[in-house]
Amino acid sequence: MVSQTTKIMIVVAALAALAIIVPNTNSFVILLATRALAFAILVMSLDILLGYTGLASLGQAAYLGVGAYMTAILATKYQFGLGYDFWLVVVFGILGGAALAAVFGLLAIRASGTYFLMITLALGQCVWGLAYRWNSLTGGDNGINLRQRPKFGIDLANEVTFFYLVFAFFAVSLLAMYVLVRSPFGRSLTGIREQELRMKILGYNTWLHKYIAFIIAGGFGGLSGVLWAHTAGIVSPENVVLTTSVDALLMAVLGGAGTLVGGVIGSFIVFGLREYLSTLVPWWQYVLGGVYVLTILYLPSGLMGIPERIRQRRLASSNKAADSKKLAAAS
Amino acid sequence: MTGNLLRRLKTVLLGGALAVGATATSAQQQEELRIGFLAPTTGIFAQIGKDMVDGFQMYLDEVKGDFGGVKVRLIVEDEQGKPDTAVTKVRKLILQDKVHMFVGGLLASTGYALAPESTSNKTVYVVSVAAADDLTQRDLPKYPYLIRTSWTSSQPHHPFGQWACEQGYKKIVAIGADYAFGYEVVGGFQRGFEACGGQIVQKIWPPLGTKDFGPYIPTIKADADAIFSLMVGPMALQFPKQLAAAGNKKPVLGGGTSYDEFVLPAMGDEVIGHVSPLQYSAALDTPKNAAFVKAYRTKYGKVPSYYSESNYTSAQMIHEVMKANKGKFPGPEAFVKQLNALKVDTIRGPVVIDEMRNPVQNIYIKKVEKKKMFGYEKDELWNTVIKTYPNVNQFGQFKKDEFLATPVYDRNYPPCKHC
Repeated sequence: MVSQTTKIMIVVAALAALAIIVPNTNSFVILLATRALAFAILVMSLDILLGYTGLASLGQAAYLGVGAYMTAILATKYQFGLGYDFWLVVVFGILGGAALAAVFGLLAIRASGTYFLMITLALGQCVWGLAYRWNSLTGGDNGINLRQRPKFGIDLANEVTFFYLVFAFFAVSLLAMYVLVRSPFGRSLTGIREQELRMKILGYNTWLHKYIAFIIAGGFGGLSGVLWAHTAGIVSPENVVLTTSVDALLMAVLGGAGTLVGGVIGSFIVFGLREYLSTLVPWWQYVLGGVYVLTILYLPSGLMGIPERIRQRRLASSNKAADSKKLAAAS
Repeated sequence: MTGNLLRRLKTVLLGGALAVGATATSAQQQEELRIGFLAPTTGIFAQIGKDMVDGFQMYLDEVKGDFGGVKVRLIVEDEQGKPDTAVTKVRKLILQDKVHMFVGGLLASTGYALAPESTSNKTVYVVSVAAADDLTQRDLPKYPYLIRTSWTSSQPHHPFGQWACEQGYKKIVAIGADYAFGYEVVGGFQRGFEACGGQIVQKIWPPLGTKDFGPYIPTIKADADAIFSLMVGPMALQFPKQLAAAGNKKPVLGGGTSYDEFVLPAMGDEVIGHVSPLQYSAALDTPKNAAFVKAYRTKYGKVPSYYSESNYTSAQMIHEVMKANKGKFPGPEAFVKQLNALKVDTIRGPVVIDEMRNPVQNIYIKKVEKKKMFGYEKDELWNTVIKTYPNVNQFGQFKKDEFLATPVYDRNYPPCKHC
């Protein structure tokens, strides 16, 4: 078994490598990496629900939408958030996502399993409907163009600077969520995932635990939205539509639910295939589809499950070898 | 285990570095004109995207990829019908491929998303499809490197409103897809129709992608003289079918995309007699168009749609400018200026571009008929041109200043005074 410290070291090393290598590649790769990182925060927030609490939500894009629309509307209508007040927008984005989750949570948390999935789907589509139809505020189908990035001492219009900012937010989010899932609160979430009834009998208010997890996930979703708005430069109903939520879910599953880092890997793979491979070959969709199918068929625990599977196989074969040795010795 | 991981990481990095290196060298060649082309080649709009690419490619093939002495490198990127993917892809085209210009963008929302990229990167954007009105109207000053070779959504529908008056229609019900393009088409028709005394007595907005018009058709007011519909894609196929099944006896008019050649071959006989306007019809009876339709059909196995024609013509216009410069790209400002000054005889007819960088062109009023054309053996549906409004600009019969002082067409603008 790889110890926890080694695991952390690997993640830190990978992140450091990312931070060093990406800025030295070409600007398109930097752009893609920024997009993948901003979206990865949403995927990780979903993973708190999916992987740690056992709640599969199909409406996570709604929180990204709240953060993104809030950023875009404040910036274009009120010129707010383009200087040091960007940090206020970040706070508003997190609070906005959390507040929406607090409302939606009241409706959704009562259900579980498929019913939870359906309620979150419906709520997510409500947000999409608002974005699509509330023309005066959201620009409807055309969305909002947001072409000015904040400037405060550093100029975020520079892609490399902006990459580092998103990277920093990402790293802090990863750390925060990691601390969260390893805290007693996080442990109790895992307990709810495994055996909700037992947790209830032990005296835990499981509804409240799930509700709080839901709100926290919403908050991180809002943060991801703020970053996404500035990354993409455009916010449109496409960002809150069902497929965006499904994308987030698939990325989490692809990388491995309940690992946080898995969602990041999933995000990078999907963005890589969809936006980089698609510039090289026309049949990129088959590759993406193939990756999904193979993962679900052979790696139900996602790509993060690979080391575990290898270890088990080695264990099995070494056991076999030991057994045959024993047999040989005995005979 | 860690060593294993590092080894793997190394291979990935090496591969990445190689890929980056390869693109860097190819971008350094100077004696070519790099044109980025954005079309949805996957997703629900993939077939329209194919028409776009085919049209442009066909022109390139005809001139053997040579624009006045310079080799053209066309780089097609899949914008997937999503505005933010389009932005990512256009940045790839600009940053990595270092294109001289980019062309395309299907949806209005994509056009609005791409336009600011042309400004911030000082790269020419030739809008060959996206019809969003404001790109060349109220928002134009923001986009100095943008020029349109296609149309504004409302452009064909201003004269069409007048045509409807001439037919003696007094009251018309409008039913249109509920999004920006729908508002602009219906708005343009309403302005044209009401300016000559007609009345729009009802507006119905089914959501984009509606497959069942059952709930909407019975609400159509019985005292209307005609129905004006604006449909796109599969909606365009479904609506006339259900309308006919409901026993409709009223004349049916449509926005340009309700009956364009992209949907027409898949339609049934119930659409015969329906009338719609556009700047192009595949049934345009000119030698130029006949040759184009035959060549296109031989090559791609289908009748060209306005998406094909528009991109073919865009390629032609870019070629004209490059010819005048003997194959040397004159820089973005000069390119836009020269394209703007161009007078071209295109497949759709004579085209000039107005001072707000949108084409002034013929608008054809077309009636769906079943007949044989261009020597093809079978009876097919064709958009027969029944009237031509020559040299229509984007403001139609209205004064530019007064037009620009009013807001862009919206769900509630122009207001439905007679509802």
